[in-house]
Amino acid sequence: MICEYCKEAEATIHLTQVIDGAVKKLNLCQICAQKNGIDLNSPISITDVLLGLGQPGAKASDMSEFDLCCNRCQMTRAEFKKRARLGCPECYNAFMGELSALTLAMHHSRQHVGKIPARQGNEARITAQAAALQKDIETAIAKEEYEVAASLRDKIRALKEGVQASDEENPHDS
Amino acid sequence: MTLDDMVRRHGSWLEAGVEEGPVVSSRIRLARNLDQYSFPGWASEEENLAVWNQAVAMFQTLEPNFISWSMAETPALDKEILFERHLISQELAEQEDSCGVFVSPDECMSVMVNEEDHIRIQSLQAGLNLQEAWRAADKLDDALEAQLTYAFSPKLGYLTSCPSNVGTGMRASVMLHLPGLVLMEEMDPVINGISKIGLAVRGMWGEGTEAAGNMFQVSNQITLGRREDEIIAHLEQIVLELIEHENNARIRLMENRSLMVEDHVARAFGTLSHARLLSSGEALNLLSTLRLGRDLGMTDQFSRRELDTLFISSQPAHLQKLENKELEPEERDVVRAEMLRDYMKNASASDI
Repeated sequence: MICEYCKEAEATIHLTQVIDGAVKKLNLCQICAQKNGIDLNSPISITDVLLGLGQPGAKASDMSEFDLCCNRCQMTRAEFKKRARLGCPECYNAFMGELSALTLAMHHSRQHVGKIPARQGNEARITAQAAALQKDIETAIAKEEYEVAASLRDKIRALKEGVQASDEENPHDS
Repeated sequence: MTLDDMVRRHGSWLEAGVEEGPVVSSRIRLARNLDQYSFPGWASEEENLAVWNQAVAMFQTLEPNFISWSMAETPALDKEILFERHLISQELAEQEDSCGVFVSPDECMSVMVNEEDHIRIQSLQAGLNLQEAWRAADKLDDALEAQLTYAFSPKLGYLTSCPSNVGTGMRASVMLHLPGLVLMEEMDPVINGISKIGLAVRGMWGEGTEAAGNMFQVSNQITLGRREDEIIAHLEQIVLELIEHENNARIRLMENRSLMVEDHVARAFGTLSHARLLSSGEALNLLSTLRLGRDLGMTDQFSRRELDTLFISSQPAHLQKLENKELEPEERDVVRAEMLRDYMKNASASDI
């Protein structure tokens, strides 16, 4: 197989990348791989592959890696790429773009639907409860159980009013 | 309670009350982090120390009385014991400063602090009992959350050091003994099939370990976008299918090769009863064969719990703790053979 870059040398490096959900295969010779910043000594991690880091076309210059940095813990994108671990909870916001693709590829989802912590998750819990009730409403309507649907709608309303009421009582409590 | 007491008994999560077939135990792990600190692998020493101190203070207020081991003050051998008993990970055992584990007296609950995440809650149950393991983990999680402010986002759920755990932060896993599928050479397609539906198969001691003694851990990979009960129900359903596969494999094994199986079981008993040197790998495989023989009704000399306990107590650190000194691998093989020989002596060979 011939290198897809120089179209001369024999391709000895075969990369498989997933970019935006599409599998992309790349066959390179050793020299072109090195020229494009693919470090042959370090195993290419799943995050590299999924984030499209070390991808020849992307010209991931040193500058762009310095640009992206978590304000809170100072972890850079390059560091995240190296360790495949985030630095702090805030990193999820700092690297939101990359992480969004990564979590989607790993979990096929972008939205948490599981447990919500009791003390701090008031808003999340009410949103989740309202979403669940909304689903029940749709089921009830499909079954033509309009009275059930109406009572569910009232429940959602009460939930949302509850949030506002508690916010007014306790403006600093999020 | 000390580790010396612990090695002379088994964790109550091995106490399988009913006939569970190939299932050994069920486990739920929850990853949690504190909102105000960096994740342990990136945090400063001061931050990690603050988290550890907060954990120490918190566990003093919790019931039951958790036993704590600070990794900085725990000798290497004791760390290995905790690892062999599935109470800590290899990763934690290799660390020292500002990290450790809190273990409930019955060993069903353990909480690692400052491993990959600030908090790793583990809940173990005998047999196929993910629901109960989840109920206990959930309850302890609530108790911790009453005192700690977790890193949580309404969109991404519990925020974890590695994005592979984000969302529920939950890893549910079931340990299975699958000698039938291994003997029938059907394990590889099963592993391939399982990995295609978002589950992972690992060895007895978790990540990167070989499936010694035909023990396999099956666990969920997906943690975001599914509720805990959905993850558990899905895993449970697959485990039930695996049990059925395993039982079918055993039936076919007995139909076609029953003499061979009986021979294997009798030889395993013979070797365990008489060998003078036994490596850890060989011992696990012999115990696995004996466990299969028991399940197939070829012997009733051992309880399932006894055999499952031997899987752990024949491990290197447990042997050294029982002997109360450090042993070279060759010395361990002698001690292991002796311990198992003693054990087998108490079981009459008449039924094998």
